[in-house]
Amino acid sequence: MKTGSKKTAFDYVLMVFFCLLIVVTVYPFLNVLAISLNDPVDTMRNVNFIIPRKFTLSNYIYIFAENDMLKPMLLSVLRTLVGTGLGVVCTSMLAYVLSRKDFYFNKSFTIIFIITMYVSGGMIPEYLLIMRTLRMGQSFWVYIIPGLIWVYNVILMRSFIEGMPLALQEAAKLDGANDFVIWYRIIFPLCKPVLATVALFVAVGQWNSFMDTYLYARELPTLQYVLYEIMQSAQIKVDPHAAAMGLSTATVSPMSIRMAVTVVATVPILIVYPFLQKYFVGGMTLGAVKD
Amino acid sequence: MKKPKKNQMAKEKFSWDLMRKQRYLLMMSVPFLIWLIIFKYVPLWGWIMAFQEVTPKTFAMSVWERPFVGFDNFIKAFTDRLFAQTMINTICISILGIALGTLGAIVFALLLNEIRMEKFKKFTQTVSYLPHFVSWVIIASIAKMFLNDGGALEGMLGGARLHLMSSNSPLFWLVVCFVNVWKEVGWDAIIYLSAMAGIDQGIYEAAKVDGANRFQRIWHITLPGIKPTAIVLLIMSIGSALNVGMERQMLLGNAIVQDHAMVLSWFAYVRGIGSNNYGLGTAIGMFQSVVGIILLFIANKVAGMFGESKLV
Repeated sequence: MKTGSKKTAFDYVLMVFFCLLIVVTVYPFLNVLAISLNDPVDTMRNVNFIIPRKFTLSNYIYIFAENDMLKPMLLSVLRTLVGTGLGVVCTSMLAYVLSRKDFYFNKSFTIIFIITMYVSGGMIPEYLLIMRTLRMGQSFWVYIIPGLIWVYNVILMRSFIEGMPLALQEAAKLDGANDFVIWYRIIFPLCKPVLATVALFVAVGQWNSFMDTYLYARELPTLQYVLYEIMQSAQIKVDPHAAAMGLSTATVSPMSIRMAVTVVATVPILIVYPFLQKYFVGGMTLGAVKD
Repeated sequence: MKKPKKNQMAKEKFSWDLMRKQRYLLMMSVPFLIWLIIFKYVPLWGWIMAFQEVTPKTFAMSVWERPFVGFDNFIKAFTDRLFAQTMINTICISILGIALGTLGAIVFALLLNEIRMEKFKKFTQTVSYLPHFVSWVIIASIAKMFLNDGGALEGMLGGARLHLMSSNSPLFWLVVCFVNVWKEVGWDAIIYLSAMAGIDQGIYEAAKVDGANRFQRIWHITLPGIKPTAIVLLIMSIGSALNVGMERQMLLGNAIVQDHAMVLSWFAYVRGIGSNNYGLGTAIGMFQSVVGIILLFIANKVAGMFGESKLV
């Protein structure tokens, strides 16, 4: 719409409406943050606040010192890094091959890949395959290998590569580069913008993933799974060491602990959020354009 | 000799020489093809289990040795005491979710499009899709803190008793759908906003000259402008009408609302993995997929019959 024209009453109503909407979106997050930083006993009084009334770090100290939250957290970070790194490299390699119109199997491979976007075997056959046939249960690789490539991302990257000038590849070929070198030296570095989009897609998916732990690797709990377990158990088991160290049971409440874990699991998303919203929205509308 | 112009990137006939020439391309793609066949096509082949008895008793046998039971698993699934309620839950949550989600996203996009301060518009949009990137576990944790009995929402309303999470009634469907709208509305609106950005500004100018007011312009220009997008998205969501995710239901639900939280994919998990009857679980999953494909075709046909843009 045109800027500079006079504001009507409708404009002000809109502004108020969207201000309310922002509050509705942000308030729960601030509320959770405040509870996690507030004294657990004081929180029992009334849970509606966004500024800690009695500031304390005891909830965080508890989850890291007494509840062994460090290992799940490292595991979440590790799977995100490994899954994203490998995923991006494999996606771009495959996308490059599928962008090569002169590749003999181009069409057939593309079709075989795209079909899987529409039909899937479902949960039970996948479960039996991973747990019984491949015996990948309770191993770190179950987080990486089955979801290594998302066909959607391959298509996204392929259209990007197809948009690059062909002359680049031809020039490299004249200089004697083989197809692998062309991908590694020319295509991969030039894909940076779309690599960022895909990397963020995969990283967020990896960090947020919960079902794969639930189904395949409960002995290797990630942060999301630990939060789920805490949600399920009404009572937090209190470590006898905690009581001995002066953190008496009274200073620990299930809700405050849960909120602290929630914050820990959310913070990485908030850190990458500025990048997310820059690249994601581009990727989203890019994917929406039918080719 | 004149160099053929198009041959550089054109496809050639099959020959072993060509395979040798393209060996790097083969090496860069065949491993992924094998990966794809193992992780995507082998589970499809697993549909055969829907017609077999697959329990711990028959695990040791190979696929061909297992007893074939025809449609027994399907009959067992449809006559299960949980099935009727599960089906109702799935359909209701799905339809309610599609209706609220689509309506919410369109209204959100329409109103946001009317904001004239670019900075405020950008900021609102940025904030609005933050929850999309947060996992369902976290959202459920926050939602439960907010909606449980004695939670923040009841506190805000002066201690009113709402029983949002503790009444074994269809109220839970609404709770699930509203939490979903809260999480996804900003994100879902992006696609409508980009469709609105594609509408020719000249049409608005012309309408203005003709004396159309703001609401008339929204009604007669913006809404028809986003109609094709909305229809494509609707067709796609109808195709996945039975695929209400188990994750969300499981995380938001609790023992009290269990009866109204159970959906097909969760049912497949409970019967398949939970009670070790994998044939039954596969049958439920297969039913879900097949009905999904049929629904997609019907929706597509109906859209075509009304002269709307079709998906395929």
